[in-house]
This record gives sequence, C-alpha cells and structure tokens, in this order.
Amino acid sequence: MATSMISKNREQAFMSNLTPDWLKTELTTGTTIAAVEFDGGVVIGADSRTTSGAYIANRVTDKLTKITDKIYCCRSGSAADTQAVADVVKYQLNFYQMEMGEEPLVQTAAHTFKELCYDHRDNISAGIIVAGWDKKEGGQVFAVPLGGMVIRQPFAIGGSGSTYLYGYVDSQFKKNMTKEECLPFVANALSLAMNRDGSSGGIIRLAAITKDGVERVNLTGNQLPKFYEDH
Amino acid sequence: MSSIGTGYDLSASQFSPDGRVFQVEYAQKAVENSGTAIGIRGKDGVVFGVEKLVTSKLYEVGANKRLFNIDRHIGAATAGLLADSRHLVEISREEASNYRSTYGASIPLKYLVDRVSMYVHAHTLYSSVRPFGVGMILGAHSAEGPELYLIDPSGVAWGYHGCAAGKAKQNAKTEIEKLKVKDMTIKELVKEVAKIIYVVHDEVKDKAFELELSWVGEITGGKHELVPKDIFVEAEKYAKEALEESDESDEEEL
Repeated sequence: MATSMISKNREQAFMSNLTPDWLKTELTTGTTIAAVEFDGGVVIGADSRTTSGAYIANRVTDKLTKITDKIYCCRSGSAADTQAVADVVKYQLNFYQMEMGEEPLVQTAAHTFKELCYDHRDNISAGIIVAGWDKKEGGQVFAVPLGGMVIRQPFAIGGSGSTYLYGYVDSQFKKNMTKEECLPFVANALSLAMNRDGSSGGIIRLAAITKDGVERVNLTGNQLPKFYEDH
Repeated sequence: MSSIGTGYDLSASQFSPDGRVFQVEYAQKAVENSGTAIGIRGKDGVVFGVEKLVTSKLYEVGANKRLFNIDRHIGAATAGLLADSRHLVEISREEASNYRSTYGASIPLKYLVDRVSMYVHAHTLYSSVRPFGVGMILGAHSAEGPELYLIDPSGVAWGYHGCAAGKAKQNAKTEIEKLKVKDMTIKELVKEVAKIIYVVHDEVKDKAFELELSWVGEITGGKHELVPKDIFVEAEKYAKEALEESDESDEEEL
C-alpha cells in the first residue's frame, strides 16, 4: 500500500514535469495598448502578442475590438476575461442602440465597461481602454484600469508594456495634435514598448476613428518604427 | 351618468361593445376636474405653469405643489389626482436615476417618456388595477434643444410645442396657439404662461388659486427650477394687468 502511494506521487510528479507550462497557464494579452484623442476623433493602437507563460500563443492577435460602429476598445489582461467583457458590452450597447434609436455615447460605453469590471473586480483581470467618436463630444478616450475605475484622458496607455512608456508619452504628447501626428505618436510608443517588454511584440495594429468611420492600419515587422538600432 | 357604462365600466381590462374602455375615459374625466397645467416649448427652453386651486384657507401657502423636478434637467407639471401624480413622479425619478447608474449619463427625455407612458399604459390592461387619473407634462432642455411631452391616462404620449391638461385645457390651448412660441425665449414665455393661467382661471366657480411657474432652458444652465422670485412677481404682475385691461375693454364694449 505504502509503495503504491509513493509510486503514484512519483508518477504525478513525473507527469507534471512533462506537461509544459503553456498548456496550463492562462492566456494573457501581456500587452501594450495606447489611445490618443485628436480634434475630430481618436487614434488607437496595440501590439499583437498573446502569451501563455513564455509561449506565444498568437503573434497576430487583434486587440482592437469593435463595440459599435464608432466605438472600439483596446484589451489588456486575461484574453478570456476581456473578450467576455467586450462581448457583453457589445450586446448591451447594440440593444441600447435599438431601444433608443441612436448610437450610444463613448461615455456610455466606458461606463458600461466600468460597471462590469468593477462589479467583478475580484474575479477578472482586465485593463481596458475605451475610445471612439460620438456626435456630442467628438473623439474621446476613457481608461478602465484593473480595479474598475473609469476616467477620461487626452491619451491613455495600458498593458505590461506601458510601464516602459510613461517617459516617452509624457515628453512627446502635445495638445491639439492632428490625426497625422497622432498615428506616429502611437506607433513609436508601441514599437519602443515592444522592444523592451517580453510580453509585447509582433505587429502594430492602429485605427483612427472619426465621424466618417474607422480607418485601420497594420505595421508589420519591417515597417516598425526604429530608434537606436539605426546607429 | 348611471346608464353610460352599462356594466362595461367596472374593469379597465374590458372593452365595451363599441370599442371603448370606460375606465380610461373616467380617468381622463378625473384630469379634467383639476386645475389647469400648461407647458410651452420656446426656442431656448420650456416653461411650465400650473393653476393650483386652493380649496381651503387653512392650507399653508405653497402646499401641495404640482410642479416637480424629475432629474436635474427634467421638470414635470401635473393635472389630476395629486396622489397619483406623486406616484408617477416617483416612478419617473427612479427611471432617471436607474438610467444614470447604468449608463453614466442623463436620461434622454424621449426615453423617459417612453418608459413612463408604458407604465401608465400597463395600468389600463388589468382588472386588478385602475388607470392613473393624471395628465403629466414633461419638459427638458439638452444639447439638442428643448423638448416637451404630455402623457395621458391611456398611456399615450405626444411631443408638443405647447400643451395643456386639466379644467381649462381647451381655452389654454387656444391661448397658446395665439403665440409664436417657436420664436420666443423662455424669458418672454414665462409672462405669457402666467397670463394664460390667469386668463383661463374661472373666478366664479373656483375662487382661490396659486400660480406655479417653473422653467428649464439655456438661461437656467439646462437645470429645471422654479422661476426666481423677482421674475415670478414680474410675470404675475403682467398677467394681472393684462387681465384688468381686458376686463376694462369688456366693460367699454358693454
């Protein structure tokens, strides 16, 4: 009896060593995401890496998720949690649109995200940036970080890669930038973070949202902005 | 009166053979027994006026108000049973509050009116309840401009440039129609509203009444509130003078 117990434990220990980490670890968008307001819209951006531990589960993930025609969110944290939350908000705002006969405000979308993230703050890990355009306030960016707060900001960064970015964005952000200035601002920030953060990488996905709709841009490996590597 | 319902008026859940719901019509009669309430939508806001009949000298001044705040930006004037009015006001306030906590923004008046009128309508469908004896006028001012609605005891609601409920609603509507309300500011309208309430008041049948005035618009910063004392006094003075002038001219004609 005693021997069989030992052999069973050994067997379990042996098996667990054989099971790779990435099969058991939660998929996370250990991420870099960013969004900036400009006059008439917003520019949002994200890297494309989804990791499970050290394993890259997806190198071309799309973390810019559509909520309504003119409201998107940038997801960071648990892939499962943020997808689930985005799906619920998408459903609720679609219902809202049918009931009210008009597009929801970005503020309303951000509040809906906050409500879910705050109510389930003990059980989910989701750091979301909500951005979009509405006819009342134009382009807007709202950050909904881990605990379920909501706050409007002229620009927002998020995800594990954002820690490397505060210096860059604080020094380079200028008020009243145009769309054409915002796009490289976001792309540069993302590229810098993707170089330093192991959990961020892949390609850069960008989108500009205005009253006319959404314009999407992808920057693949050879198109990523370069910095000191040039010297 | 005793023969009109002929048994089809005992429940709000039954039609009469000619397709009427008597309980709803009786509720509308209850509204017509009350002092008049009017609402006018001008170019920069909405003005409410109420002819509050004072049935006893023992009441405190200002008791039993019929103008209400629903939310910061929404006001209501009611005609009909006061207790029913207060219930609908409470329902409206809950609806506005729920919207704010769910969506983090002010409730659009159109949506509030949809919800409240559905609630009123639900009370015309079941034998266990009676309809509300209330005509509720709701008004608001938002970025898209002023809005004005009237909800009837049947649960029907329409949008208006000017509307009236209660005793003298016909006269009041005729008076409102004389104005070019679309081109008028609420500062101009508040005097006219006061005047209309004074003009339609029946001095013979109903002796004492108190005038109530409130507004919401650009000059109040989108907030519904009672008309300030000085403007109220000015408007009431204008109303009384207009009434005296018309009395004098009547006498001359005689």
